Amino acid sequence: MVTAEVLPEVAAVHWRPRVDAAHLARDARRWTLCSLAHVVPFAGAATLLLLLQPLSLPVALVLLAHAWIIPELYAQRGANVLRPRGAAARPAGAGAGDAEPERRSVGLLGDLVGHDARALHARTGLVVEPGQLGTWIVGEAGAVLLHGHRRRAYCYCVKVDPRLTAAKELPSGDRIAHLLLALRSDEAGFATVANLSFSGARWRLRRRLRAELRPALHAALLRSDSGSSPAP
Amino acid sequence: MSKLIRMDHTGHSTLARWTPDDPAAVEAAVRAFREALDRGYLGMVTTGAGHAEHVRELPVNAPLVIMRLPIAGG
Repeated sequence: MVTAEVLPEVAAVHWRPRVDAAHLARDARRWTLCSLAHVVPFAGAATLLLLLQPLSLPVALVLLAHAWIIPELYAQRGANVLRPRGAAARPAGAGAGDAEPERRSVGLLGDLVGHDARALHARTGLVVEPGQLGTWIVGEAGAVLLHGHRRRAYCYCVKVDPRLTAAKELPSGDRIAHLLLALRSDEAGFATVANLSFSGARWRLRRRLRAELRPALHAALLRSDSGSSPAP
Repeated sequence: MSKLIRMDHTGHSTLARWTPDDPAAVEAAVRAFREALDRGYLGMVTTGAGHAEHVRELPVNAPLVIMRLPIAGG
């Protein structure tokens, strides 16, 4: 993915440094430190309590639960960026009047991606897109980047500007197509505009993803390992 | 034949169709493109596998021009 021009939306967040590999590495360190800052004090206090007074086991267990739950909540926040919204999230049969716009939007999205990506979207509602920074999984209201040799997950919350009235009525395929076109035109700008909601090990994200979305993570990983050839 | 589409609540709407050798159709397409820009849309063209480009003027020779809304961090 060659960036020719800066994404126009970057002007709205002009104070943010443009995302690149070094920026991602800094984000990764910050998130790791943040996780440690939550886990170590709770786990340490639990250990200390048990050493001082074994009868404090119930309190130590509560502390250990905190040490486990807080990082899990962060990972859940990351997984939520890929959660289906709109029609895809509604129960079957609800919003039947949306069927035609959904079909048309998915048709357009299908024209933008390759056969494999179309099939994956039909299964998961997500699109896998290779880029220079890594491999992306794009959903309706966010995207996940697998970056670096460990394929660390960076979960970004980004969507069609919700302040626009027209954005509220877009079918799911169009929401993804908006993000995909922006990503393809300026990958670093896309990551700059987006809000990072979680960065961590891929397995942490996988555990919090809904089962039907996990094949997209698997496909992105395969795409990363195969050297990232762009889809048509 | 080239096509100008806008992603909207219908899935997408075709705003204009034209061929480069039809000046009237091109003019109508340019008008529709500018109207969409005025309404806050951004023009995009696909420029090869996995690539897209933001355009400020209607690229008359492009087979497909897509108007999208701006994105923002959530």
